[in-house]
Order: sequence, then structure tokens, then C-alpha cells
Amino acid sequence: MTRPILEARNVTKRFGGLVAVNDVSFDVAEHEVMGIIGPNGSGKSTMINMISGSFAPSAGSIRLRGAELAGKPAHKVSRLGVARTFQLVRLLPELTVIENVMAGAAFGHRRRWGHEAEHFARGLLDRLGLGQAMGMPVSALTYIDTKRVELARALASDPKVLLLDEWLAGLNPTELSTGIALIRSLREEGRTIILVEHVMDAIRSLCDRCVVMSSGAKIAEGTPAEVLSDREVIRAYLGDDDA
Amino acid sequence: MTTREIRNFIIAAALLALCALLPVYGSPYWLTMGTTMAMFAVLATSWALFSGPTHYISLATAAFFGVGTFVTGLGFQSLPFWALPLIAAGIGAVLAALVGLVTLRLSGVYFVIFTLGLAEMVRQVVTWVQNQTGHRGMYVLTSITEREIYWMLVGLGALVYLLGWLIGRSRLGFALRIIGNDETVAKHLGIDTALAKVALFMVPGAVAAAVGAMLAPRYIYIEPATAFAPLLSFQVVIMALLGGTGRLWGPIAGVIPFTLLWEVITRQAPNQTLLLLGIAFLLIVYVLPGGFVGLWDRLRRRYGGQP
Repeated sequence: MTRPILEARNVTKRFGGLVAVNDVSFDVAEHEVMGIIGPNGSGKSTMINMISGSFAPSAGSIRLRGAELAGKPAHKVSRLGVARTFQLVRLLPELTVIENVMAGAAFGHRRRWGHEAEHFARGLLDRLGLGQAMGMPVSALTYIDTKRVELARALASDPKVLLLDEWLAGLNPTELSTGIALIRSLREEGRTIILVEHVMDAIRSLCDRCVVMSSGAKIAEGTPAEVLSDREVIRAYLGDDDA
Repeated sequence: MTTREIRNFIIAAALLALCALLPVYGSPYWLTMGTTMAMFAVLATSWALFSGPTHYISLATAAFFGVGTFVTGLGFQSLPFWALPLIAAGIGAVLAALVGLVTLRLSGVYFVIFTLGLAEMVRQVVTWVQNQTGHRGMYVLTSITEREIYWMLVGLGALVYLLGWLIGRSRLGFALRIIGNDETVAKHLGIDTALAKVALFMVPGAVAAAVGAMLAPRYIYIEPATAFAPLLSFQVVIMALLGGTGRLWGPIAGVIPFTLLWEVITRQAPNQTLLLLGIAFLLIVYVLPGGFVGLWDRLRRRYGGQP
């Protein structure tokens, strides 16, 4: 494994008496696709929200190439090179498709503005198969296309680490294979990606490694094949009887 | 610059010249109306620079305006008149920054209420200070004529439009639009939302204070109750919404008809002005949600023009 680009150490998040994430540590190497999986309510999204700066961990540290992210506001995390998509798609409704993508390019990690931003956004949209939709209002898009625009917006800042929070959720089987192919192409160009996902096919075919969470704690880590045959993991997903 | 921008600049310059020459070809009555329109045009346009993209409805105009009138009231005897709007603008900007730092974390209706309360609070403070020092109001007796006030306002208006145009093309303007759409997304895209909002909130603060300073001689006698009248804040909001905040020319498209209507209302039904103002507000919100700008865009789309 090469030098880690992102290091999470003993990260804990408490909401009042509830411990949503409990003492979780993991590394993400450069050019690696890492999955965070686990049953509903296991703390995956909370983990993503802490990495992206939505809220601060109660304890622990998250370092991006040595720079501390824990406790930094979201805009600073973004400028350091972390971009994300949201579990429920969040586009900017009054902006056109290309403006949505330029919004990602203008303020984040690697800043582009004016013609340069527009050119870059066009290139991204072409790559993601949205070349025809550039000037359209986002309300005119199909569901998978809204997800593509959100992905393009996240890529527009040229992030060091890309966080995908259930990006494949809600897609039909055809769209799903398109979506998986799209993420695979990002992986092939060397992006570092952390994805939270429920779709097992996607995890098997995309992830180099997985962290499995259950009730806020990390219960396994390894390749998808390893963790998906782990007794502890099967018990977390299916209950004691099937293990 | 594109040819379209050059064309728009020429049109804007011609309109500005037409406005600036009003004292030459207009009657005194129209000069008075023109001054009122210029005042509201400047206030509503600068208001819309911030509140348009962010959808934060500010009712603080009267606070800044009142501070401006008092700057003139206190300073016109010792300082050259041209310096007063500048000083007022500086104080307005600082006050807006302070208010912004405190309030812009508030959202929605809390922000509205706070800005309304601000004008009232500043008024109470000024009244208290006057009571302590044994003053009531002040006479602002200057040799400034209506025509000069009008020209100052037109000049300030030109400045506001130029500033608005520059902001619209800048990253700050783009950031504000993104914030107005989804503040959470804005933060995750790397926008320091608090800084962007405070920076832009200073513009209407400075402008409204400068307008107050310019208009003080027109009132001759100023006191807190008139200088900080909350009605002004509501009028500015209604005019800007009537015109529409989506374009730079929107607010003035609301100011001209509304000022004429207001003139009729105050003359024909002086006791029902607030009632009619409220009805006008309801009508705008229900019938013309995007203002004249929204109507214009809808018509253009329907009849095949370019959006």
C-alpha cells in the first residue's frame, strides 16, 4: 500500500447520549476506491459528514495529506481537496446544468473562473454523457442525470478525495450498470474515492477495500471478497441465525 | 466586452443622461417626483443586490437611512457637504458588517424580524442620547437645492448600477446566487458563506446611509421618529419585489409605477395609506411572484424570444 492520502484516527461522534460513530480508524491510499458499508444506521453517512466538514467529530482526527480536517468548516475542507455528493441529490435549482458544474469549479480546491471554468465544465459534462443538456434547467433532467450533474459538480474542483454518499441508490438496473461503469472510469483515471454504498454488485466490482461498520463501530476491513465472507459481517447484516 | 454589452452600456448611458437632464426640461413638480423616484431607485436597487440572490429579506433600510440623515444633521455646519454622504456610507458599511456578523447566521423569518428590530433599536438609542443631551430634533438648514439633491442621487444611482453589474460578473455574485439556492451545498463547494453574505450586505447598508445623508436637507427638520420610520423599509421591499430582483433593471421598473401610485394614494386617501400598502404587497406576492422581471421573462419565453 502506498502512502495514505486520508487517515482517520479514533474518530468518534456523539449526538447527546447516542454514539453514532465509535472510535473508528482507517486509511485511504491514493488512487484507491474504498467502500464504507454496513447496515442502516451503522454510522456510514455520519462518517462521510465528518470527513466533509458537515460537522466536527467529538473526538479523533481526520488528516488529508497531513492536514487536519476534523473541526474545520465545510468550505475549508472543500478547499483542501475533499468534494462530495449528497445522499439525497442536491442541485442548485435556479441554475442551469453547466452553471451547476461551474459552481463546483469556481470556489473549491483547484479554482477556475470565467472561460476556463466554462471550458472545464463542458469537458466534464461531455465525459459524463450530458453534452446535450448543458444549457437546460436542472428541473428538466431525469433522475440519473441529476446524479450525473452532482457528480460533475463534485469533480469540477479536481478534488484529492471524492466522497460519494449512496450515489448509486435509487437507480434502475440499466442505469445502475451505466453508473457503475462511470465510477469505474473515474477509478481508472486514478481518482481517490470513498463511497458509501448498499449495492453489493457495485462494491464487489468497484472497491479495492472496504470498511464495514455496525452500530457505529468498525467491525471488519479488507477486500470486498474478504469482508463479505466474514462471519461478523454476515451476522451484522443478517442476524445470528444465518451466521 | 461583447457587442450586446456595448449596446446595453450605450442604452444605459442614454437613459442616465435623460434622467440627469430632468431638472432642465421638467417642472418643479416633476423634479420633486423625480427626486423621490431616484431615492427609491437607489435604495431598492442596492437592496436587491443582496436580498435578490440570497432571498434574505432585509428590513434594515430605515436604520441605515436614518443614520445617514443624522450624519448630515450633526455634520453639515462643520464639514463640506460632499463629505457627508461618504462618511455616512462608511458608517453604514461598518454598521452593516456588525449586523451581518450577528444576524446572517439567522435564516428566514428570524433575519427579517431582526432587521426590522434593528431600525427600532437604533431609533431608541438615538432618542435616548438626545434626551440625555436635552435635544429633540435638529434643523438642517443648508443652501442645497432640490436639483442638487437630485443630481447627487442620480450619480449615486449610476454608481450602484455599475457596482451591481460588476458584482453580477464576479465570483462574489455567483457565490451569492449559489447561497440563495442551497446554502449547505455552497459551503461544501468551498464558499465562505458568512464572509460572502457580510461583504454584500455592506453594500445596501452603505448606500442607504449615503442616501439618507443626501436627503436630510430636504426634510429641513429631522427627528428619530421620521428619520427611522419603518415604513421606508417596507416601501423599498415592495418596490423591489414589484419590479423583480432577478435583473439589475428590475427594482427601478417597480419604483416608477409605485411612486406614482403612492402619490395618488397619499393624495386621495391619506388615512388609508398603510392599508393600501398592505393590499399592494399581497397583490404583488400572489399575482406577480417574480415581479415585472418574472413577467417579462415568461412573455419572452412564450413568444419565442431569447431568454
